[in-house]
Amino acid sequence: MPPVSRGFHRKRQEVPADRVPPGQYVTRDFPVLSAGPTPRTALSRWTFSVEGGHEPKSWTWEEFRALPSEKLTTDIHCVTRWSKLDTAWEGVSLDVLLTGLEHDASYALAFSDGGYTTNVPVADLLGGKAWVAFGYGGGPLGAEHGGPARLLVPHLYFWKSAKWVRGLRLLAEDQPGFWENYGYNMYGDPWREQRYEGD
Amino acid sequence: MDETVLDGNAIGGLLIEVFGTEMTTAVGTCGSCGATSQVAELAVYMPGLGTVVRCRSCEAVLMVFVRIRDVTCVDLMGLASLS
Amino acid sequence: MAGTAVRGRLNTWLTATVGAVSDETARVRTLRLEVPGWAGHRAGQHVDIRLTADDGYQAERAYSIASAPGEPLAITVERLDDGEVSPYLTEEVREGDELEVRGPIGGYFVWEPSLSAPLLLAAGGSGVVPLRSMLRERLRAGSTVPVRLLYSSRSLDDVIYRKELDAAPAGVEVIHALTRSQPPGWTGYARRVDKRMLAEVAWPAAPPDGASKPLAYVCGPTSFVEAVAAGLVDLGYPPVRVRTERFGASGL
Repeated sequence: MPPVSRGFHRKRQEVPADRVPPGQYVTRDFPVLSAGPTPRTALSRWTFSVEGGHEPKSWTWEEFRALPSEKLTTDIHCVTRWSKLDTAWEGVSLDVLLTGLEHDASYALAFSDGGYTTNVPVADLLGGKAWVAFGYGGGPLGAEHGGPARLLVPHLYFWKSAKWVRGLRLLAEDQPGFWENYGYNMYGDPWREQRYEGD
Repeated sequence: MDETVLDGNAIGGLLIEVFGTEMTTAVGTCGSCGATSQVAELAVYMPGLGTVVRCRSCEAVLMVFVRIRDVTCVDLMGLASLS
Repeated sequence: MAGTAVRGRLNTWLTATVGAVSDETARVRTLRLEVPGWAGHRAGQHVDIRLTADDGYQAERAYSIASAPGEPLAITVERLDDGEVSPYLTEEVREGDELEVRGPIGGYFVWEPSLSAPLLLAAGGSGVVPLRSMLRERLRAGSTVPVRLLYSSRSLDDVIYRKELDAAPAGVEVIHALTRSQPPGWTGYARRVDKRMLAEVAWPAAPPDGASKPLAYVCGPTSFVEAVAAGLVDLGYPPVRVRTERFGASGL
């Protein structure tokens, strides 16, 4: 047993446990955590595509921004244990993006500029649970936080909310994304503390 | 300019843990573009979920270290060589 | 075998007892560490520190060694407002407390007295820590290599090791750049380090025939290191003679 450092403790939680999932603490910051450099894709070249359906679907930035969008306030939970409450976003619901798209897929792999990927079941993208977000805190989503647009799936750990998202690959079988390949949970429900494989 | 990027100096301890020896002066060759660099000079990202080491020239991923439940997963597949 | 034994020591967490602590500035503190079995270090190296809470929770961070080889081990820590470890080390920790140390670590960002080149040291904020170890080693070894330390801080009150640097020995020139506020009558640099400042301060990249080319060590926040390293290369320093150590984001 290593020596205990007197008086040292992890960051403490300040809010009632029913507001914050197990093992999390609340922060007022919005930490910038990235696995690679911030991409700088020009909006003129930006597209969002959905592959793997009966027909491929794609939107340019103008087409994407012309879609109905909505504002939402939600809590977000990072697997590194910080939670941020009442974050304000604006985005296009995945219900809008996947409307009318015929497919046989139960799973999706989100892919981003820079090569990042993460997997989410299609059911967790629908029913008002997921967005492609272009706005944060009342303004455009900053590049360091995933702008021009990121996936937003707040009911799962935040590594599933892929920054700099460029599309979804619809799949019949679940496929691990970047962090899932190294042992992070395939699903990632913060309320059941599904951080790692086997949780 | 990404303020949070570090360099291989920051993972000196992790590398000793993984390789059993001082590695910051080891020379890595990028498997994507062939650039060579001492490990100390590579771009290191530590987003909390793991450590991602990238080539400064082409940004390709060279090494990934993920520590889960006291086991460290080491992926060196982006390197053509490390000596 | 000696080699194996060294590796074993490097990869081992040793128990350290905190000795004297002293505040360098309002946010920065130096801690002496007593470590039985400590094998010594080279100027510029760092240690990993590990703290364990009574519920078993652990946190690890790397800190540059502030002392010279041969001196009692000391680290200098800057308090980061949203940090988890630095507020503990700069505010809570007391003499007699225990923590764990691993190291020394680093073979790239090191300086030995056997290197005869003029030194250009560039420090951004707490990046001065490993460079101070180099300065103390230079003094301890009786080296006469000329040194210029370009040291960027927010204000004079944020200058770490200020008295020591004000009393720098012969051959060591300390040039301060105060980026946010300056005392009345300040005639020194009052802005962030830029190419023009480097051109005025840095040793010439191509000295007269026969003289050693200068060696540069740059340490501090990432943006500081990138700007200075690029500036020195633009001035003709070969990249291999510009050693860098990035500390990530900071409030510089």
